[in-house]
This record gives sequence, C-alpha cells and structure tokens, in this order.
Amino acid sequence: MSRDLLKSYRFREERQADWQKLDLILTRAENGGVKRLSDEEMLALPRLYRQAVSSLSVARSISLDQNVISYLESLCTRAYFFVYGARTTIGERIMVFLRKDWPASVRAATLPTLLSALFFFGGWALAFFLCVQDMDWFWTFHGQNFFDGRNPDATVEYLRSTIYTDGYGEGELSAFSSTLFNNNAQIALFTFALGFAFGIPTAWLLVYNGVMIGSLYAVFWDKGLGYEFTGWLAIHGVTEIFAIILAGAAGFIIGGAVAFPGNRTRLASARAAGQQAATIAMGCVVMLIAAAILEGFGRQLINSDGTRYLIAAATGVLWTAYFYLPRRERQE
Amino acid sequence: MTKIPTPAQGQQKSPIVSMEAATQRRARMAEAMRQSKLVRNLITPEGAAIRLKLATAGERAGAFLIDIIIQWAIVIATFLGLIFVMGAMRNESMNIAFAVWLVFFFFVRNFYYIIFEIGQRAATPGKRALGLRVAARDGGRLTANSVLARNFIREIEVGLPFQFSLMGMFGSSGWMALLGLVWSCVFLLFPIFNKDKMRVGDLIAGTWVIRAPKAKLMHDIASVTVNQGGSSRYAFSTAQTDAYGIHELHVLEDVLRQSTPDIKKQVAERIRIKIGWVKQAGETDLAFLESYYGALRRRLEQRMLLGDRKADKFDVR
Repeated sequence: MSRDLLKSYRFREERQADWQKLDLILTRAENGGVKRLSDEEMLALPRLYRQAVSSLSVARSISLDQNVISYLESLCTRAYFFVYGARTTIGERIMVFLRKDWPASVRAATLPTLLSALFFFGGWALAFFLCVQDMDWFWTFHGQNFFDGRNPDATVEYLRSTIYTDGYGEGELSAFSSTLFNNNAQIALFTFALGFAFGIPTAWLLVYNGVMIGSLYAVFWDKGLGYEFTGWLAIHGVTEIFAIILAGAAGFIIGGAVAFPGNRTRLASARAAGQQAATIAMGCVVMLIAAAILEGFGRQLINSDGTRYLIAAATGVLWTAYFYLPRRERQE
Repeated sequence: MTKIPTPAQGQQKSPIVSMEAATQRRARMAEAMRQSKLVRNLITPEGAAIRLKLATAGERAGAFLIDIIIQWAIVIATFLGLIFVMGAMRNESMNIAFAVWLVFFFFVRNFYYIIFEIGQRAATPGKRALGLRVAARDGGRLTANSVLARNFIREIEVGLPFQFSLMGMFGSSGWMALLGLVWSCVFLLFPIFNKDKMRVGDLIAGTWVIRAPKAKLMHDIASVTVNQGGSSRYAFSTAQTDAYGIHELHVLEDVLRQSTPDIKKQVAERIRIKIGWVKQAGETDLAFLESYYGALRRRLEQRMLLGDRKADKFDVR
C-alpha cells in the first residue's frame, strides 16, 4: 500500500498551510478590524480565499475526513463574508448617513410624509374642534385624571404655571424630558414597525397622537392661552412632531410596499422598502434626541414667548432645508 | 455521542438486518433530511458553492436570551452604580444623572443589536456564543440599513406581546389584552412557521441568520497509517475493509477524536468481532482503531474514485 492511494491525505498536506494562513488573517481581521492587516496580507487574502473555496469543492468530492470538510466549510463562509462583506467603519457610516442617506430617503418619501401629516393633523383638528365646541369630548379622549390636572376644569392660573417654569427645578424637568424622549422614540419606532400590517396601525397611532395633542390644545385655547401654549409646544414640538410624522411616513412606505407590491413579490417589495424606511426611522430617533434637548433645556430656560417662537421657527427652517433643499451630487 | 450500531447478525454476510438497526438507520436518514432542509446553497462570484446552514428557531431564541440577559445586566449594573453614586449628589444633579441613565437605557434597548451587527462579525454576543451571524439573503453585502430595519422591527415582535401581557395584568380590558396578545404572538412565533426561519424583521430587511461556527482543523487521523508506510502488522483484507461504509467511518472519526478510552475499547471490540480480527500480542485498542480507520478510509476513497459511494454498512453491492 503506497502513500499515493490516500489521495485526500496528500491533498490536505499540500494545502493546509495556506488554509491556516487564511484562518489566521481572518481571525485577526475579525478581532481587530481590517486596519490591523498588513498590505501583504491584504494582497494574499483574495488568492487564499479562492484557493480555499476550490479546496472545498475538491474536498467534498474526494475526502471522507469530516473534520476537513467542516473546517473548510466554516473557513470559506468566514472568508466569503469578509471578502464580500461591509468594509466601512461605523464612523464613516454615520457620516454617509447624515450627509446623504437620511435626507435622500426623506426626500424620496414626500408623498407618504404628506399622508402621515394628514392623519396626524387630521386627528389634531378633529379633536380640537370637537373639544372647543363641547369640552366633554376631552374626557372621552383622555378618561379621568389625565395630564396632571391640565384639563378643562383647571384654572387659567394653573394652566399658565405649567407653561412657564416657576416652581420646577431644572433637574427634575430634564428627567421628565428624557422620560418623554424614551416614550416618544419608542412610539416612533412602533409607528414605523407597525407599518408593515398594511399601514393601518400606523394611521391609527398617528390619529391617536394627533387627538391627544389637539384636545390638550383646545383646553388652553379655551382659556385664552392659545398663543402662550403654542410657544411652549412649538419650541420642541416642531422637531418632535416632524419626527413622528416622518416615522409614520416610514411605516406607510412599508405598508404600501406590502399592500401594493406591483410587479415584484410581496417579499422583495417589502425588503426594498424596508431599508429606506429604516433609514428614516433611524433619523427620527436622532430628531427626537434633538427635541428632547430642546425640551429639557431650551423650554425650561427660556420663558419668553418671542424667543420660543423664534427657536421654533429656526428649527422648522433648518429641518426643512436639511431635508428638502436640492443638493449637488458629490462625485466620489 | 453516536455509537456504532451493534452488528446485525454477528458475522453473517446475509442482508438480514435487525429491527433495531433498521430503525436506527431510518432515524438517521430522517435526521439528515431534516438537516438538509436548513441548508441553502450560496454560489459565490467565483462560481463555487458554499453551504449556508440556517439557524434554527431554537438557536435564535437561545441567542436572544443571552443578549437579553447581557442587556439587563448592563442596565441594572449602571442603575446600581447610579444609586451608589447618588449618595454623594445633590437632588438636582441626581435628577440629571437619572435622565442620562434613562436615555442610556433606550440606547441599550435599541442599539445594542445594531452596533454589534454592523460590525465585522455581524453578530451580537449572544449570536457569537452560539456561532450564528446575520447575512443578506441575496448573498450580497449586509448593509447598515438592513441591520437598522431588522432591529427596529423587533419592537413589535417582542415589545408588542410584552405590552399586551402587561395590559392584561394591570389594565381593565382583559379580553382586549388577550386578543392583542394572540395577534402579536403571530409576529413572535413567525420564525417557527416559515422554512427560512425568518423573523418579520428579517423579512423586511432582506436578511437571515445563519450558522457560522468557527471550526478547528484537527490532525488527520490517517497520518498514523500513512507514516507507518502501511506496516504489515495491520494488514486488513479487502473483505475486512468492505465491512463498513462512510457513515461508520464518520462515527469512527468521532470516536477517535473525542471519546473516552472505555468507549474506544468497546468500539474496537465490536469491530474486531465484525471483521473477524484476532487481537495480536501488544496490540492496543487505539492503534488498532487508527489503523482500521486508515484502511477503511483508503478503501472507501478508492471506491469513490470509481463513483461508488458506500453510504453505510447496509449498502451492499
């Protein structure tokens, strides 16, 4: 019996040094990132990868050594994902997101955004007009003991005191605003995620949130505090409501893709829409952070109505410009 | 640990197979069938096929459990740390610290998965522990947008059933909560009912979760016989090497790689009986098994070159 008869043994002996070299490079890359590889290793990688892949197909047909085959399977899978995997760092990724992806996907979703705004402000207007005509509607929407006494029975003085920071400590309110951020961001993600049930829960959530704010608005309006309350709300609300509307738009994008897939399969359609929508939803989280900062600090420190309006207008202009101003495609 | 099934009828060459062996064989085939349902062939741009094994729903649940535990550990540890530090704080800065912690909680809840899955290994610690990773379904790059999409959707898959059960516990409308819970469980149990084991998030993001465990290259057992140069001490006849097939070779490989001396001894005994080998003076079980492994592999590979795969010992031609 000569050595030659065990072909798989010779096959392995000739190639295993290269397999192990590839393994080493991959392990290093997986642990420390691409930067830790030398130029030499980066050059060797494609060759080693192709060789491992061809070794795998040979091994499948001639070798009976389970360990070799499963090792090569795992090695090739790892190498494949490395060679064809994402190469950007998180930092670069964030820059691309802020500079290009986010405004581009918001711009591409103008129609769903308008639809989302329609639901939200529709709910708002409905609740507002119902409540202004008959304050009993407020209790229908909110139930009893809601909004720490900010209800139709409250006095004008009390309502005014909730708009301006007199009795509150600063810290207490920033905790309050971060609770609100948590809540809002979670609702925004919810609005997005529920979109895939044909967008119906998304529409409902938008209307519901509109109704909540609209009825509260009516309470202040009724007591002649409309101007002051608008300032109180707008300083962070422009950003926050914009974010919620965009989250709704993201939900509608998915819902629309699932409901009307066109020529594609529902699955492919949902997948294509999902990625654009997720970018918008991610952006909503960023906006809600900005809103929470404005709410936690801006609103508490600034008690002048004029300044509040000014900041609100500025944020409105800034977001609109950031999203919708046409920009030149950068050549890269 | 699989064992070599007991030889059917001693050394009889007749194809009569005992009931027990037949049942075992059938179970083995069924298991192989089940496993092959989880395998997807990925054709690389080089034209080679890589087999991707999808993670089972159980594995994914396990990974998720580990991740949840890690997340809660982080959240609780920072909270306890905060309480500890709070003693030294004034009331106002305490509130600010609590506010920061709340935001931190949000990020741990939502971005824990995203940060890990955007990374080079495309896996959270839980997935890494079980040898899983996220991959794009079309075999292309896993984009950051996909990672965002699949993780934001988690909010309804896990958050929704959770909220409905909370509603059931504290809220008044029990029936509504129950209905909601049932409805939301459709999302939670979604991976069990589709052949690709996808979550709704995977579906939207165009991803799936595959098994990509790191395997170690171990020594070749056949090296022992090859290096001996085929010494005459263990010269097996063709009839003796034809007693078993590929399945038994693989079981023998497992036995040699990872079993106790006691099991090796039993296996060696059984093989000796089956092939009619008389134990020689000074012959150890390990040496016998390794030599037989080498001889069997050589024989099976030879037959394979001629296009003849002997699947197992029942495969008589």
